[in-house]
Parts: sequence; structure tokens; C-alpha cells
Amino acid sequence: MTRTPRSLAVSIVALSLSLAAPRPAAAQAPPAEARPFRLGVVTFLSGAAAGPFGVPARNAAEVLVEALNAGKGPAPYAARGLGGRPIELVFIDEAGGTTKQVSEFRDLVQRQGVDAVVGYISSGDCLAVAPVAEELKRLTIFFDCGTPRIFEDASYRYVFRTSGHSTMDNAAAALYVTELLPNARKIAGINQNYAWGQDSWSDFSAAMTALRPGVEVTTSQMPKLLAGQYGAEISAIMAGRPDVVHSSFWGGDLDAFVLQAVPRGALRRTTAVLTCGETATHKLAGQIPDGTIIGARGPHGEYAPDNALNRWFRASYQDRFVLTPNYPAYHMAQAILGLKAAYEKAQAGRAAAPSQDEVLASLTGLTFATPSGDIRMALGKGHQAVEGTVYGMAKTVGGKLTFVNVRRYPAERVNPPEGVKSADWIRTLTASPR
Amino acid sequence: MSDARRTALGLLAAFAVAVAAAPLLPRWALFLVAVALGRGLVALGLLLLIRTGLVSFGQGLFFAVGAYAAGTAGSRLHVGDAVALVLLGAVAAAAVAGVLGLLLARYRTIFFAMLSLAFSMIAYGLLVESPALGSTDGFNVHPATVAGVPFAGRAEAYAPYLLALAVAAAAALALDRFQRTHLGRLAPAVRENELRVEYMGASVRNVVHLNLVIAAALAGAGGAVTALAVGHIDPEMAYWTTSGEFVFVTIVAGTSSVAAPFAGAILLELLRSYAVQHAPNTWQLVMGATMLGIILALPGGLWSIFTRRRGARP
Repeated sequence: MTRTPRSLAVSIVALSLSLAAPRPAAAQAPPAEARPFRLGVVTFLSGAAAGPFGVPARNAAEVLVEALNAGKGPAPYAARGLGGRPIELVFIDEAGGTTKQVSEFRDLVQRQGVDAVVGYISSGDCLAVAPVAEELKRLTIFFDCGTPRIFEDASYRYVFRTSGHSTMDNAAAALYVTELLPNARKIAGINQNYAWGQDSWSDFSAAMTALRPGVEVTTSQMPKLLAGQYGAEISAIMAGRPDVVHSSFWGGDLDAFVLQAVPRGALRRTTAVLTCGETATHKLAGQIPDGTIIGARGPHGEYAPDNALNRWFRASYQDRFVLTPNYPAYHMAQAILGLKAAYEKAQAGRAAAPSQDEVLASLTGLTFATPSGDIRMALGKGHQAVEGTVYGMAKTVGGKLTFVNVRRYPAERVNPPEGVKSADWIRTLTASPR
Repeated sequence: MSDARRTALGLLAAFAVAVAAAPLLPRWALFLVAVALGRGLVALGLLLLIRTGLVSFGQGLFFAVGAYAAGTAGSRLHVGDAVALVLLGAVAAAAVAGVLGLLLARYRTIFFAMLSLAFSMIAYGLLVESPALGSTDGFNVHPATVAGVPFAGRAEAYAPYLLALAVAAAAALALDRFQRTHLGRLAPAVRENELRVEYMGASVRNVVHLNLVIAAALAGAGGAVTALAVGHIDPEMAYWTTSGEFVFVTIVAGTSSVAAPFAGAILLELLRSYAVQHAPNTWQLVMGATMLGIILALPGGLWSIFTRRRGARP
């Protein structure tokens, strides 16, 4: 066994040179408006979250950008691309963990030279990428991740989130339960054992306790993510005979839970509250019992308002992909339209491209139109969006799932005021005046 | 020139070249190399274990312990310096291995592999159950200084790279030295024939225990370096797939030189980075196929390219 310093040194030098070679020549770059706006889009393209979240979001980005580049958007998004400048998409897979995502983010900015990044479904990825976006000084818009910690624990100049955070989902779910099920006293939960599930349950149980003091928690089941089999958990829930069972399940786990709970009669006397239920409704029509409370993390999907933007977005999406867009697709539309609105506001009618600083300034605190209604960047010093949200009850009519008792909650009713942490705010929630 | 001197000179030359190359390298490459060296440190520990005849599928545990120790010390105890945090990560991981080693050192082969995997999955489960540590979302780490230099501006770009290089070079040198000591030479002896080692008067269990602790310290340092470079920590670091990647890096790189794990880790990171960029939908397939190709073509690992050519020499 021998070791050779020369070959080692040679290999290191060779490696260094190969790394150094493809450096972008920033000096000869043409003026910004002469080249396309490169937009990095990061969503799950593989793994469990790809089907229900990542791929619909990617699809939405594709149809939207294609339509916008062709100048086919309705008012106020009729201008081509971003203020006349075509958008070029660079897709990256979000699978693989936070280390990989930080690495890919650096690549997007430093190697691919993107002008902005829209992305991230996982809250862990959002938390990890935010400080890097700040370090690299590149406009970054989170489109779907839920944790309120991002703008409550830190403040950022280059980072924005154009969808509401997850506190709203559970605050509104608790309000809806107290309003529509006046006799519900016993609650149970089944949530996936990771940050999303843990936060959702602690928000919902805290909100229920605030709204209806004396409410009894029969059980909180935390099966592991992607468990797929919930026999024991369903038994534990049934044993406590709760009035309401709360779940933030999504994707295959949600399908599996509904398909396993319904035949056992677990949802006969217990009403399920499914905060992400909307992603499953397309597939589970006919399985979901009438009266099940369904959320969509905002006025998305079936709950989206009937306006010109929404009709256009749905029609373009369905033309290409047959299915109707679900809430992650709506979240993606919010991010891209938010960027477009901010860019064109910063451009202020000039032909020249606005600087990144100008776009940052105009996106801060902006109100813009989306298929889900107007979005206001009201929290996190103007970097975090608030939106209203909607809950309704499933009712199957002639084999087709419809929604009854639909209630809309305005943004300020279900979001903490600026400067107040969600966890503190949700304990002070009070019932709506009758 | 003795083998030891040659290795030391080679490592120092590589270190000097890498430091000198820093201003030439694009920023993304600095980051990529820093993260790869962090992983290489774990693989270096695995190399020691493999020489002892053990394959651990649980190095992710020590990787995570190092990262979480550095992270919590940085955010809760306000230890500001990155160098101190790396040392702390190594010490914390070594301490954990010191305790777990009491049990682990009794097992060999698949039993050792499964037990190490079980410990890392217990740690993963505990971290997922800890909302105070951010559960699966983890938390951010941002050191205040690196060896006294404020961690901002230019230092922010270069410090993780230089820190990783320094730790990697020091660890590789130290491990190479250790392997040439009396105690170090017992490792391959344990792999070959435990009974003879016992007859010689050495304690096999102590040798295994010591090597476990050293491997854990290296993994802990690697975890801390990675945490500081990435700026974020999450329980995925303790998950079995992370441990599997380390075993993979070690096997692909080869175990004949202390430099191999680092070269292997950098190569795999580069490959992954290009695969993700050019094949966003099929990057896993590209990775798998390439790794399969390497194993089929070079069963002794990538480093065997260098040793095979000079294989005639003793």
C-alpha cells in the first residue's frame, strides 16, 4: 500500500481547475431588459410530496409563465412576461433534504445566475434557505411552506412569502367547529409526527381551548409520516368517542386514513376536520362522508372566488392537465403573479428593467390580485402575505362532491396582528360575535 | 522517504493548493467543497472502522450529535467561534460514542451494523419528537466569528471552506499518524484475527471501543462543519439514509488512503450537483447508474486508480 503526494496534488489541482473553469462572465452581460428574466422554481419533483403538491405547483408555473409570456393574461397581468421581458423557468427538485437544497439554491444563484427564486414546500427547506438568500442578496419568494417561524423569529430583506402561514388554517378550523358544531365538547387529533403535524395539532387544540374552555382532548395520535396504516390510531380515536377529529394529513396519508376510517364507522358520529382536505377531494368523492369539514389552506381550488383571474387560471390549467388546479397550484400562481405585480410596479412604465432593490421595495407591503382574490403582504414587515380562508362541509350529490355551509374568514380574523407571535395570539382567540 | 512522511507532505501540499485556489474558485464550488469535506470527515471515521473490520450504518447519529451540539451551543450558550463549535461537536460525539461503545464494542458484522443503525434511528426519533429543537424543520446556525474573524462579508463566503479544509487536513494527518502507532496497527489485526490479538495481550474490546470513539469524533466534527457551512440543522442528519450515504462514499472512494474519503466525497457532491441541474426529474437515476458503474469498474474504490498503477512497489 503506497500513498503518492504527486498524484494527490495533481488530482486536487485538476479538480480546482475544473471547478474554476466555467465561471460566468458577468462583465459582458447585456442590459437586463434585453435578456429573459431567469426564474428558479423549486418544488418536489420526486418523493411523496411530488404528487399532491410539487407537480401541480410545477404545472401551474408552466402554464402561467407560458400564458404570461404570450401576453394572454387578463388585466392587470396583460403585459408580456415581466413588463415585456420574457420569463425563463429553471426547475429544481426539492427532494433530498435541507443540505442539498441550500447547495442547489447557491447553484441557482451563483452558477445559473437566476434573477429570482420561487419555491419550497417544506418548512425546513424555507428555514434553511432564508438566511442563504439574505447572504447571496437574491429575491426569493416562498410559495407554499407553512411554518410561521420564518418571519416571526427573524426578519429578512430579500425573502418573501406570498401565501398565508399555517396558523390561519387551524385558527379558522377551530372557529368553524365552534360555529357549526355547537355541541362539540370532545376533540381528538391524528397528525403526522413531524413539524407540520405537531404545529397543526398544537395550534388547533390551543385555539379550541381558547374558544371553548373546558373542551376535552380524548387523544392525540401522531403516526409517523407516510405510515399508510392507521388501524391502531383509528381504534384509539374511536375508543374516546370524540365529537371532532382534527387532521392535517395530506397526500397518500390522507387518502389512506379516510379509506380506512370510513368502513369502520369511525367518522359516523365523529366529524373529521381535514385542514388540507382539498387535495384529496378530487380522488375521494363518494368516500368522504357528508358533513366532513374540508379546508384548502386559503380560498383555493373549489373555494376560490368567481373572478376573471380565477376563471382564466382554471381554464388554462385544465386545458393542459385535465385535472383542476389544487391549492399548491394556486399558491404557485400567487407567487408568480406577486412577482409580476411587484416588478411592473417597480418598472413604473419605463422600458428599462427595474433593479432588484426596486422590486424588493415594491413587493414589500404590496397588495396584488390573484385567482384567490387580493393578497396583502401585511405581516413580517411587509414580507409575509395574509389571505382569508374558507371552510366548508362535504356533501356528495349524485356522485359529485360539493360543499355546503361554506364560511369565509377575512384575513384579519384568522391571522395574528403584526408583531405578535402566532403561538401567543392563538391562545387569545375569541369566538365570533353572533 | 518514508510512507508516513510522503502522506504528510502530500496532504500538506493538497491543503496548500486548495487554500491558494480559494480566490479562483466560484462561490458555489467553495460551498460544495466545504459540505463535501464535512461528509468526507465522517467517511474518514468509517475508513478507520472498516480497517477494524466493522461497518457502521449509524454514523449519522454522531454526525447529527456534532451538528446539534454545535448548533445548540451557538444559539443557546452563545459560543460564538466556529472553531470552538467544531471542537465541541467532536467532543460531544466522542462522549456519546464513549457511552454507546460500552454496548457496541461487543458486536461484530451485521449485528454491529444493525445496532449502530438502531441507535441512530432512536436519535432521529427523539429529535423529531423535540419541538424545542424545531422537530423535523430543524433550526438555523450562524456563528459570530471564525478564529476571531467576524463571520460576515468575504469571511462568510470563504470561512466555511477554509475551516473545512483545515479540519479535514488536520484530521487526515492525525488519523494517518495514529494508524502507524502500535495501537493503530491493532485495528487491522482485530479484523484479521481477534483471538491472536487477545493472545498477544491486547484487549480487542478496548481497541474497538477506542476506534469507535475516534470515528465518532470525526463524524461529530464533520457534522459541525456541515452545520456551519449550510447554516441549518435538521434530524435528517441522523436518518439511516444519511448514514448509508457515508458508507457509500467510503466504499466508492476506497480505503487505501486517508485522502480517499475526501476526494470521493467531493466527486460525489459534484456529480450530484450536475445531475440535479441537468436532469431535475431523473437525477437519482443518474447518480445510481454512475455509482453502479464505479463499483463494477473499480471494486477497490476510486483511490485504487492511484495505488493500482504503483501496485508493483511494496
